[in-house]
Amino acid sequence: MTDLPMSLKTSPAMGQWMSFEQQGFVTLRTGKVELGQGILTALAQIAADGLGTDLGRILPQSADTDLSPNEGMTVGSLSVEVSGGSIRLAAAQARAALLRAAAQRLDVPLDRVSSEDGTILKDGEPTGLTFWSLSGDVDWSLPVTGDVAGAPNSLVGSSPPRIDLAAKYTGGGFIHDMVIDGMQHVRILRQPSRLARLVAVDEAFLTRRHPAVSVYRKADFLALIGADEYAVEKAMSEADRFVTWDNGTGRWTPPETAEPEVFVQGDATAGAAEAGSKTFVARYSRPNIAHGSIGPSCALAVYDGDRLTVWCHSQGIFELRAEIARCLSLETSQVRVIHAHGAGCYGHNGADDVGLDAAIVAFAHQGQPVRVQWSRSDELGRGPVGAAMSARIEATLSAEGRISSWNMEVSSASHLQRPGANGYINLTSAEALDPDNAPKLIADLPAMRGGGASRNSVANYDFPQHVTVSLDASSPVRTSSLRSLAANLNVFAIESAMDELADLAGADPLAFRLDHLSDPRARAVLTEVADLAGWTKGELGGDGEGRGIAVARYKNKGCWLAAVADVEVDETVRVKRLWLVCDAGLLINPAGALSQIEGGAIQTTSWTLKEAVPVEDGQIPALDWESYPILRFSELPRIETRFIVNPENPPLGAGEATQGPVAAAIGNAVARALGQRMRDLPLSRDRLMAMLLSD
Amino acid sequence: MISFTLNGKTVQVDRSGDDPLLYALRSDLGRMATRFGCGQEQCGACVVLVSGTPRYSCTLPLSDVEDATVATADGLADNRIGTALIHAFEAENAGQCGFCLSGILMRATALLTEHPAPTDDQIAEALDDHLCRCGAHPGIIKGISRAARTLSEGAR
Repeated sequence: MTDLPMSLKTSPAMGQWMSFEQQGFVTLRTGKVELGQGILTALAQIAADGLGTDLGRILPQSADTDLSPNEGMTVGSLSVEVSGGSIRLAAAQARAALLRAAAQRLDVPLDRVSSEDGTILKDGEPTGLTFWSLSGDVDWSLPVTGDVAGAPNSLVGSSPPRIDLAAKYTGGGFIHDMVIDGMQHVRILRQPSRLARLVAVDEAFLTRRHPAVSVYRKADFLALIGADEYAVEKAMSEADRFVTWDNGTGRWTPPETAEPEVFVQGDATAGAAEAGSKTFVARYSRPNIAHGSIGPSCALAVYDGDRLTVWCHSQGIFELRAEIARCLSLETSQVRVIHAHGAGCYGHNGADDVGLDAAIVAFAHQGQPVRVQWSRSDELGRGPVGAAMSARIEATLSAEGRISSWNMEVSSASHLQRPGANGYINLTSAEALDPDNAPKLIADLPAMRGGGASRNSVANYDFPQHVTVSLDASSPVRTSSLRSLAANLNVFAIESAMDELADLAGADPLAFRLDHLSDPRARAVLTEVADLAGWTKGELGGDGEGRGIAVARYKNKGCWLAAVADVEVDETVRVKRLWLVCDAGLLINPAGALSQIEGGAIQTTSWTLKEAVPVEDGQIPALDWESYPILRFSELPRIETRFIVNPENPPLGAGEATQGPVAAAIGNAVARALGQRMRDLPLSRDRLMAMLLSD
Repeated sequence: MISFTLNGKTVQVDRSGDDPLLYALRSDLGRMATRFGCGQEQCGACVVLVSGTPRYSCTLPLSDVEDATVATADGLADNRIGTALIHAFEAENAGQCGFCLSGILMRATALLTEHPAPTDDQIAEALDDHLCRCGAHPGIIKGISRAARTLSEGAR
């Protein structure tokens, strides 16, 4: 087999993936990290299947730069495909090697031995041998070749309870709960604006008011340190009484941006001037969106004089290790980053930033373990936020009611400023240590890797298209990857325009889409969601009630999802019901996939109706859950989800499938309810009132 | 020294009575199930029961619980309602990242104590001061509803 998963090319040995040194258990190593999405449960299921053991025997380990295969970042809904694919092959080969070792020990042909939950049987009878007693006979340095077929799937497709969850709500389990003997608690005083200058710290005031708290300062980086967490917290709450900043005007200049990218499908200008054709132009936008994890970022670190060990909840521990080393002028080998579970992560949030925070303070205090905890306000506004962007669509409708030209111009802040991206450190405290660390170039993720601003900018329809994607680096607000990246707004724009064009053609929105759509799996999810919702031609609402539909294929190469939304609109928009149909190929863990789809739809509903990070004078002000509200229990839509499952089709990540179609279906439903279209997200009460009053 | 009953056992804490209960639980007593989410009574991650009533431990002065009874999610498995909730949440795969759950489960304990058979709307209303970012709300509601059914079957 030549087509091995990428992870097996960089980490080929069986022993890099699993080991049997703990009697009765299998230590499973993955480079992917638990982000609250249940990935460790899914990967343990795959390993248990491959080895033919009970799920309870598999002990998945958190990723560790010293011990785990380097599988890059846990992003893009690829973990099941990449890490799962590797573990499936590694487990199958491990079981085969153990069975061969058993046959040798028993001196019988291979076909007379088998295994049952890790014990070896000869002709179906117990032998006293186990995977563990045989482990020493196997050469674990041998590469996984992909030649061995796995055990029959027994667990894949089932939904056992999450292996990590109960422990988390009845006790520890999060990085926030880790305690190292003698550790000091740290709060970072963040720069109030990009590259703000730390002018003065009144240490006498601090010593008088907060004797149990000390200060560590380096350039514009300022940390408060103390043995008691609440003592540090109290000192932090008085920061404006002892710290003076100036706003650093003139220090930050917009970075260069890479050249715009152009994507062409067919001859996009051919139909433009035909007789009887109609022209359509509209512009759609979304604001910056906060990640809004319920647990603010946290990290621990200790420096022993030689090596610096950092525990944090980063999506990319190997990338972070490299940038921490660079920032502190250490060798990469001197830094070890160990993943520990954080609260829900939906992209590049403060998890990497807090890792560097802890690293800086620990490095300056040799032998002293430290724990850094971010505030709610910093979590909402000082980590990177999801990028504001806009899309302008100009299209032509032929006399026959078909789209004959389509020109889309996307302009977006960066969706890609992860540690190391474009050659820059991209960590907030790196800029506090030296303003010269601020990135000087913004470039997009290449389209072949799914794109950033270009993600889903080419519509999955048959008409000719000309798409230009430009980056806008004019805002000092730090932006980066948030769940689905630009797919959220690009699909919102495309699917809103499809509805507007359907109106122009006097066609039903469902029929109009199907008229321009040949992708069979896209057609299947679209028609099935219409059936599920009881879509009736011409019955789309009005007078405060509306129904909308939308479809997309995530990244144009991932899973398919179609949505129907029912809304009610008076002074606010309420999403009453959502129907979702997803085709993500084979489902490894159906309950996990369902929670990604439903959870994603609820989060998207929240983005769509409520969320916008305020920007004042180019900076994000202090935020809390009142100034940045999200969807509440009382505002939930009722959701019905169906999967189209063909086990012949390989599994595709479903975690980012809903962000585009759900936003668009809601937008289309609101337009029907109002008889007027809101093209700028969010569809909030303020926006709605402004539009109604301007009539 | 401030003493109170925590999950059925008497505990003593040497800390200012003005400090929030949350820090006594986590820093002094090592009970980690109660979590810091905002420090402003806005998210519900830190909710505990004081004499059966849900309270925000991130702002509640420690002196307010002197000699009172405090229940946290660390002690869920020690009581009938908590055990039913844990089993029901596992059965429904309720929750995604889990950070909001300990506060939600304490709120649910109070709800089921007072209303043994809540409707889904009543559950949603009871949880309205709790934020969940993963969108795990439907499973959480199902989990609480399932626990209520289990408890009523057991009581019969």
